[in-house]
Amino acid sequence: MTRSLTHLERLEAESIHILREVASEAEKPVMLYSVGKDSAVMLHLARKAFYPSPPPFPLLHVDTTWKFQTMYDMRERMAHEAGMELLIWQNPEAVERGINPFDHGSTHTDMWKTEGLKQALSHYKFDAAFGGARRDEEKSRAKERIFSFRSASNRWDPKNQRPELWKLYNARKAKGESIRVFPISNWTELDVWQYIHLNDIPIVDLYLSAPRPTVERDGLTLMVDDDRFKLEDGETPVEKSIRFRTLGCYPLTGAVESTATTLPEVIQEMLLTTTSERQGRAIDKEEAASMEKKKQEGYF
Amino acid sequence: MTNDQSPSYKTSDLAAEDIDAYLEQHQHKSLLRFITCGSVDDGKSTLIGRLLYDSKMIFEDQLAALEADSKRVGTQGQNIDFALLVDGLAAEQEQGITIDVAYRFFATEKRKFIVADTPGHEQYTRNMVTGASTADLAIILIDARKGVLTQTRRHSYACKLIGIKNIVLAVNKMDLINYDQDKYQAIIDDYTEFGESIGIDTFTAIPISGLAGDNIAAQSDNTPWYTGKALIDHLETVDLDVTSDQTGSFRMPVQWVNRPNLDFRGFSGTIESGAINPGDAIRILPSGKTSKVERIVTFDGDLDEGVAGQSVTLTLKDEVDCSRGDMITASNSPAEVADQFETTIIWMDDNELLPNRTYLMKIGTQTVTARVNQPKYKIDVNTTQQLAAKTLELNDIGIANLATDKPVVFDAYENSKALGGFILIDKISNATVAAGLINFSLRRSQNVHWQAVDISRDDHANLKNQKPAVLWFTGLSGSGKSTIANLVEKKLYRMNRHTALLDGDNIRHGINKDLGFTDADRVENIRRVGEIAKLMSDSGLIVITAFISPFRAERRMVREMIQDGEFFEIHVDTPLEVAEARDVKGLYKKARAGDLKNFTGIDSPFEAPNNPEIRVNTVEMSAEEAADMIVELVLEKQDK
Repeated sequence: MTRSLTHLERLEAESIHILREVASEAEKPVMLYSVGKDSAVMLHLARKAFYPSPPPFPLLHVDTTWKFQTMYDMRERMAHEAGMELLIWQNPEAVERGINPFDHGSTHTDMWKTEGLKQALSHYKFDAAFGGARRDEEKSRAKERIFSFRSASNRWDPKNQRPELWKLYNARKAKGESIRVFPISNWTELDVWQYIHLNDIPIVDLYLSAPRPTVERDGLTLMVDDDRFKLEDGETPVEKSIRFRTLGCYPLTGAVESTATTLPEVIQEMLLTTTSERQGRAIDKEEAASMEKKKQEGYF
Repeated sequence: MTNDQSPSYKTSDLAAEDIDAYLEQHQHKSLLRFITCGSVDDGKSTLIGRLLYDSKMIFEDQLAALEADSKRVGTQGQNIDFALLVDGLAAEQEQGITIDVAYRFFATEKRKFIVADTPGHEQYTRNMVTGASTADLAIILIDARKGVLTQTRRHSYACKLIGIKNIVLAVNKMDLINYDQDKYQAIIDDYTEFGESIGIDTFTAIPISGLAGDNIAAQSDNTPWYTGKALIDHLETVDLDVTSDQTGSFRMPVQWVNRPNLDFRGFSGTIESGAINPGDAIRILPSGKTSKVERIVTFDGDLDEGVAGQSVTLTLKDEVDCSRGDMITASNSPAEVADQFETTIIWMDDNELLPNRTYLMKIGTQTVTARVNQPKYKIDVNTTQQLAAKTLELNDIGIANLATDKPVVFDAYENSKALGGFILIDKISNATVAAGLINFSLRRSQNVHWQAVDISRDDHANLKNQKPAVLWFTGLSGSGKSTIANLVEKKLYRMNRHTALLDGDNIRHGINKDLGFTDADRVENIRRVGEIAKLMSDSGLIVITAFISPFRAERRMVREMIQDGEFFEIHVDTPLEVAEARDVKGLYKKARAGDLKNFTGIDSPFEAPNNPEIRVNTVEMSAEEAADMIVELVLEKQDK
């Protein structure tokens, strides 16, 4: 009896293969967990890859202290369910200086995320870090390898990437160097949603539409998630039915107005939509090659 | 540019009307991975941009950015330059060329597609082979105005070599030759002839225009004489070949031993071919132990059957040894095991292949040490002629024998890409330097066995009342290696130690007189000296060697040959200016004058040891003092 595997079955098998290769060849791997939908899929794949063992590495959340509150609740719950250790890193310098998205612009992302990630990786001496990035997200991602090398100073050199042939991943590196590994590189946004739907994977409810307090700012619909949100003169939160296509720091993440309250409805809206996923993120709009630059500096 | 005449192949209508039906349909899609290859300006990026655009995978914000970019840096005047969609990296947009493999995604009602977009120009052929290695199908683009070019041949040859069975010849820019059927046919005839010469017997030719959209999503009115399928239609319906994987013999390389507690011991891996059911008899290679499958474990419950392509965990009925790198195979049809092979090697590194240097070889989940012989020949991919070759350089494809330090479980590449394809990794830089295909194993590896001897190396050493050692002096020419080595031997002799001194110049007069001073010859020189030192130390001797031995990789190779704890790397650390000032043999003078090529320190590098057992500073101490120190340190370490 032969049967054709579906595209999701082939993607799942590929991701599991990658997860196991890293667990076998890296000395001290870690999974970056951002609580978003891509992280949710990656974590689920890790649970499948090593079942009945728990995944043989911890979860690491590089926290900015500015995520949505429900993301923090979900984070604890999922780590517990997976039987994995959860490490949380907040850049101590950013904590001390009170870096926030309202007053510090792009410094916020640089310090909490880019610097925070580098600090966490060197603090714990992780030599391989799984990330949930996908190649369909953005142009420079499309050219990144599944095993992406970082120099001892965490830089990415797009012109000097190792060729990746068949399923043979070369995980060798010198002391101090590390690898970022992207097990769901070949998944699209639709694949992720469909897999969540088919496998009933828990996700943060912010992906589903509900009435939430919002303000409009710089063309983005922002949610007033807690009382740290600095309202400007004349701004009053307005309740709107919104959901999020991507989740980051709440003051930087734009929502879409929507009536989709179930996963199939979300997928339906996604299929009929006319704007790309990262459009809701302030970081990408600064300049065309902004992501490529950030990655060379060490951003995930 | 409007696109109204082009039907959409994204199923937005069904998604709008009945999302559950849409999801049900989408869930059963298959996956096709393909590669696009062609020369610079054949329109690859434009074609892929077109596929994404027509399948509405481009969103409004991206389109707005694209329109702005097209006017700023585009090559299509005021029209949209689709190539800008896929030429991702900033460096590439400036140069107007694609410099790396990029992966793109789109889906139709029937299939999801992953496209590897690979560069056409010569220096990046390694990227094309990389893209081809995971592809089920290749689209070879030809500019209708130019016909079959050298690079068309190169790319076709690479696709054939990597074993892509489905080849699509997309004759692009038909709009620029007025959709001329005769010109199109002439290109097809030309390619047919070339294809046959390299073993491509069948291919599908389609006349297209990436820019105008002809025969991409639907048959074009501009080519009424063309009766075949449009490109998308062909991609959606072409046979995926999954059946042949699943009907093969069962093979699962073990990736990870799954041991959550004392009661469970499973073996996790991806099934590379065949199918498996509980109760099936299996054989573990290379050990040859047999058992039966107990369970096929997955997170979603045990399976009644596992098939090629699935990642699973097997438990066995017996407690047998099995670990990462082993392979679980059908008991009655196991894979082959060997340690010498004929291979095809595609060199991918700026530094050329050094025959007889040891590299790491990763094949499946096995990692072993491998040595590549001097190539039998390399292949001119433009003419498919065999050319004599002493080495392989970046983008060269050659045939060479290869030997591994332990047995490897494999199938020939033509039978299994997963079990016959390998990569070579440089031990120092950790770079992936080559891709390789196992053609077949060499019989002699099965027939040459070690001769067992009754007098052991311990017996030899005990008779001499000493512990064997290899004192390996390394350093620049004129650093004082030979002088100090000679003194060390004299001192040991006076202490009743049995020694042998191998000196660079003397060896080169005899056993190595056939070798010169190229990098490849230097490697072979050191390999032979290492083998001699090994035989002598096995006979109980303290071997003293004095060779420049400039490369870390070769010194490491010798270290690995010699018994643990018996290798002493002694770096005679004399600065270049000092050695050059001494210039005992007048060689530096000749090298500076250009009369002596490949001279270490002048036009050939010396890679100083990072952690030698002993470092000698000849500026601060005399040769006599150095020799005393070395003898003392060696004997001290031996006593530990």
